Formats: sequence, structure tokens, C-alpha cells
Amino acid sequence: MEPFRTLTSLAMPLDRTNVDTDQIIPKQFLKRIERTGYGDFLFFDWRQTPTGEPIADFVLNDPRYKGAQIMVAGKNFGCGSSREHAAWALSDYGFRAVIAPTFADIFYSNAGKNGIVLVKLSEEQVDELLKNASTIPNYQLTVSLEAQTVTDGRGFNASFEFDAFRKFCLVEGLDDIGLTLRHAAELDTFEKQHDAANWLKAK
Amino acid sequence: MSNPKTLFEKVWEQHVVVEPKGEPTLLYIDLQLLHEVTSPQAFEGLRLAGRKVRRPDRSIATVDHNVPTTLEGRLNIVDQIAAKQISTLRQNCADFGIELYDVDSRQQGIVHVIGPELGITKPGMTIVCGDSHTSTHGAFGALAFGIGTSEVEHVLATQTLPQSKPQTFRISVEGELPQGVTAKDVILAIIGKIGTDGATGCVVEYAGSAIRSLSMEGRMTVCNMSIEAGARAGMIAPDEKTFAYLRGRQFSPKGDAWDKAVAEWSKLPSDPGAMFDRELVIDAATLVPYVSWGTSPGMVAPVTANVPDPANAATDIDRKSFERALEYMDLKAGTPLAEIEIDRVFIGSCTNGRIEDLRAAARVAAGRKVSSHVSAMVVPGSQQVKAQAEKEGLDRIFREAGFDWREPGCSMCLGMNPDILSPGERCASTSNRNFEGRQGRGGRTHLVSPEMAAAAAIAGHFVDIRTWEVREEVIA
Repeated sequence: MEPFRTLTSLAMPLDRTNVDTDQIIPKQFLKRIERTGYGDFLFFDWRQTPTGEPIADFVLNDPRYKGAQIMVAGKNFGCGSSREHAAWALSDYGFRAVIAPTFADIFYSNAGKNGIVLVKLSEEQVDELLKNASTIPNYQLTVSLEAQTVTDGRGFNASFEFDAFRKFCLVEGLDDIGLTLRHAAELDTFEKQHDAANWLKAK
Repeated sequence: MSNPKTLFEKVWEQHVVVEPKGEPTLLYIDLQLLHEVTSPQAFEGLRLAGRKVRRPDRSIATVDHNVPTTLEGRLNIVDQIAAKQISTLRQNCADFGIELYDVDSRQQGIVHVIGPELGITKPGMTIVCGDSHTSTHGAFGALAFGIGTSEVEHVLATQTLPQSKPQTFRISVEGELPQGVTAKDVILAIIGKIGTDGATGCVVEYAGSAIRSLSMEGRMTVCNMSIEAGARAGMIAPDEKTFAYLRGRQFSPKGDAWDKAVAEWSKLPSDPGAMFDRELVIDAATLVPYVSWGTSPGMVAPVTANVPDPANAATDIDRKSFERALEYMDLKAGTPLAEIEIDRVFIGSCTNGRIEDLRAAARVAAGRKVSSHVSAMVVPGSQQVKAQAEKEGLDRIFREAGFDWREPGCSMCLGMNPDILSPGERCASTSNRNFEGRQGRGGRTHLVSPEMAAAAAIAGHFVDIRTWEVREEVIA
């Protein structure tokens, strides 16, 4: 996983609430068995008509936001299906951070495992960023995970809360399974006792 | 009692492997359910890292999302990408020693239907699956939640997951449910009330006399849609109904082991005086049959209501979302929901594809005919549900009424198989999500109970099931 410390990038506004993972990556692309190559299908049904014509007024098609690595969106981003393909699609397209008032739990976990930083700011702060990103040309934001701040170099300065352990993993780019295996001895001991509980056995 | 605990806390504490300082708790996972869509990359990850599956006996797999629901279709899957995903699961299960209920198995079905019916799901367990509707299994007093593919890999490799402890939220539904109001209406009402992020970060315990009065199938319907309110999981305390459902099932304990298991499971319900981080009490008498009108499960209204006016939305961004939803759904504010005409009906899914759901829909459909402008299908949740329904003659009732009777699978809940809506088609669906394009691009989904879906199929539009004459006598 690529470490994440500080990122300065153009910000793309997605002025919608409850953006579900079915929209982020529609079902027809979930049949693939690969982990890469989902970027082309990001927001597929919002990006193009059924006949494949680009939908001009969808923000991802707006040339002003080409190359944006930070997205600003409405509350409950990433709700719905547990598909990690949503995180793979965002990451593959180039997004490294999403700023919103709230995120759905499973998506929050999936994003972290793919080096995407999810920043929770208040609804008022997000509204301001949505407005700025849609009206100010080439609006740049800096997300510092180390300092836990979002700044725009023109007066916007917000700090955000972030779980310390998750931060450590993102900053170091650490793989979870390796971290868990540090506890292999405790796991062996626990499992031996736990296996005696027949009423918790699958079969 | 000293230090009273909630159901959730008891299950959590029995599964703590280690609590490293400054890190999430390492939680032991009793059971992982696998299916074709969210597992291939996890197995590939294991291979790349040279890891094996720690406990193949604590995983089971089936095929459900991609499988066509016609006999011909499933024996020869035309969609080559879907076929490859299914054959990849077969190979992975063979390579890593995991039991697979394949397309030709008598135990095949939607993963959240077969776990309970085989007696694999049990009270007090921790259960995960790469599917957000894993919360279904919480109906048995298990802690069950959906995970992403990286976590699927993590569980395969270690049989654990690092987890931050969620908050607890008790939702009590007290009193008697009015006639015509089902488990589906209970959960739609809850989501409508607290919103699609109303329980984010929480494990919900559903309690109260109305919840206790529900059958196991009804409880599964309620827990199934916990995720639609943002909850990490939903749980219901195990009781005599839970034990009666599990007794004698294929993988339920037998003999002395059964008695010992019941004794252990009986310790699980929340202690009197246990504290929850949040509480909500709902009066069952205020509940009615609901219909969703928008593109998010929180956009629901009583069947007797009109399509709401976006002008009344609380915030600017909510108003825009309402307007966008009405545009997508091709609905005008003020239209009575009961006047909305439909093209398709889907009865099935992990929400409402169990035997009791099919019985309820059959009672409504018996002796009647599907409207001439509606195409309706019934998809049993599993092979066992299908066999039981056929034994009871439900398939005949549905067929005679003009419903299509199908083979088990996820079907039109998520459109990953040939069962999809065409652009612009409007569907009364017993599934769980009304997202844009969920049932097929441009398709318009209205979430309802099985009874309401069957009645809509016959009337050609939504009807208030409370005014419908139900013929109880036709069902054995």
C-alpha cells in the first residue's frame, strides 16, 4: 500500500448525498476476478449515456477537474453494498482522499485498506468546500494526514479527527495481515480454548 | 446483577483474542460465508503471499449473485465473465479445502438464506461475509456483519479481524403489529425514521414485544436491512423461537450437545439494566404498510400517502437529492402512491425470499390473476425453500395466477444475472435497495413487503394490503 502523508491537489465537488457504492461502481463490473482496472468504470452510469456518450454536466467529465485527487461529497458517502471494487475504482482513477460529513462503515474500512484517506468535516465546512471547488478555478486543497488538517492556502483551515492506529497504517503503508500475525501466539492459545465451545461451531 | 451486559457485549467479549494497546481489538471469527463475487481477489491475495486458509472448516461457500434463475440458464451460463467467476470459486474451494454448495447442490441458495436453514448460523457466533446483508444472521443473536474483500482475505488467513468496538443502539418496537403490517414494514419504518446513516457506527439490538412476536423469517427480514440504516450489524436476542427453528437442522448440535448449546445460548440476551449508547422506542400501533418512492431506502412513505414535495426538505442538499430522485423515478410530488402503476414484480432476495414470505405472497395471489400489463416473478431464496414451497403447492398457486416460478439465487435484487429491469421499467420489489440502476440501468424500484408486492402484481398498481381480502384457507 502506498503511504499517505500529505497531499495537495485539485478538488472535485460531487454535490450529492448518499452516494452509494452501486453508483461508484455498477454491478456489471463486479464479475471480474481482477483487483485492478476499475478506474474506467468509476461512476459509469453517471458518466455516460446507455449508448456510451459522455454526460457533459457530470462533474467527472468536466475538463476543469481533470487530474483531481481529492473529492468533496455530501453525507453518507459510500453507503450500500460492501463491494471493495468501489475503493479500487476510486483509487485506480486517481483519487487519494474524499472529504464528506459522514461515510458508511464498510466503505470506510475498504478505503483505508487501499490507501484512500477519508476526511470527516462538518456539514458547514463541506458546504463551503463544495462551493469553493465549484466556483474558484483550479481550487487546490491540502490534506495533511500527519497534521490532521485540510487547508486551501486562502484562509480555509480545518482540523479533523482520525483514528490513531489507522493513521499509523496509512502513513506507513502497512498490510493488515502482517500486523495481525504479530499476535500469532495469542491467537493459537485463544483458538484452542475457543474450539472447545461446540455451540459456536459452524459444523 | 453486577455489571449487566448487552447481547452484543457478551458476544464481543467471548471473541476477543487480544486487545493491543492503541490498536483495534483482534476479534475471532467463527464463520465466514463466501460467494463468487467478493472472494476471487482474496484467494488470489493468499496465493501471492504464499498463505493458506487457517480454518477451512470455519468457511462455507455457495454461488448466488451471478447464477441465472432458469434451469437452462444455470446449466450453461452464457455470460462468460460470470461463468469464469463461478468456476474460479470452484477452483478456489477445491484448492483450499472449503465446502462449496454449488449450482447443482440441493443446499444451494442465497448465502444468507442457507446459513440459517442448514443450522450453520447459531446464536452467539461471530459471522462475516463479503456482502453487506450479512447482518441477516443477527436474527439468531449472532454478531454478523459485511466486510470488503481485503477483510475476506484477512479472515481466510487468520480467522480474525481487527475491529474497533462499535456503539450499541437499542430499537424497541412495542405493542401489537396491526393487521397487514409485516417485518418488512417495521424495518422500512425504522430506516425512514432514523435515516440511511441513522445507525452508522452502531450495532442495533431490535427488542420489544413486536420484535419478539415475529417469526425467525420476519426477524431475519428486519436484521437484513440494518445496513440500510447504516448499522454495522443488527441483532435480536435468542429465545424459544430461535431454538425451535434450529432444532434438528443439518448442522445443529444433536443430543447432549444440543442441551448444552441451548443452555449457553440462553445466557446471551441482554441483562436487565444493561446500558445502550442510544435508545429508540417505536409504538407498533403507529406502523402501516410502506412503499419506497425514491432512490434511497430512507425515502419511504405509507401506502396511503402521496409522493412528498422536495420543497419541504430540511436542507438545500437534501432538496436537490429529493428532486434528483423524483426525476429518476419519473414521479411528481403529490401523486398518491396507490395510483402508481407498475410493470414488473420481483418476490425474492435475502430480505424476503424465505418460505414464510412465499406463503404470505401466495395467500394474496391465490385464485387471482396478475394484471395484463405486469410481468411478475417469484424466486425462492434457496433450493430448500423451493422444495418446501413446491411440497405445499405454492408454485401451483403462483403459476396459476400468472407468476413466473424460478430457480434460487439473488436474481433481480441486484441485476448481476440475466434478471434485470429494462430502462424506464417500474418494479414492486421485495428486495432491499432502491438505488439508481440497482435492478438494471434506468430501472425504477419500489421496496415493499411480499404481500404488498403480490397485491400490486394483481392490481397493476400499489394497493393498501389492509383492505385486501386474503384467502387463508388456500394455504395448507
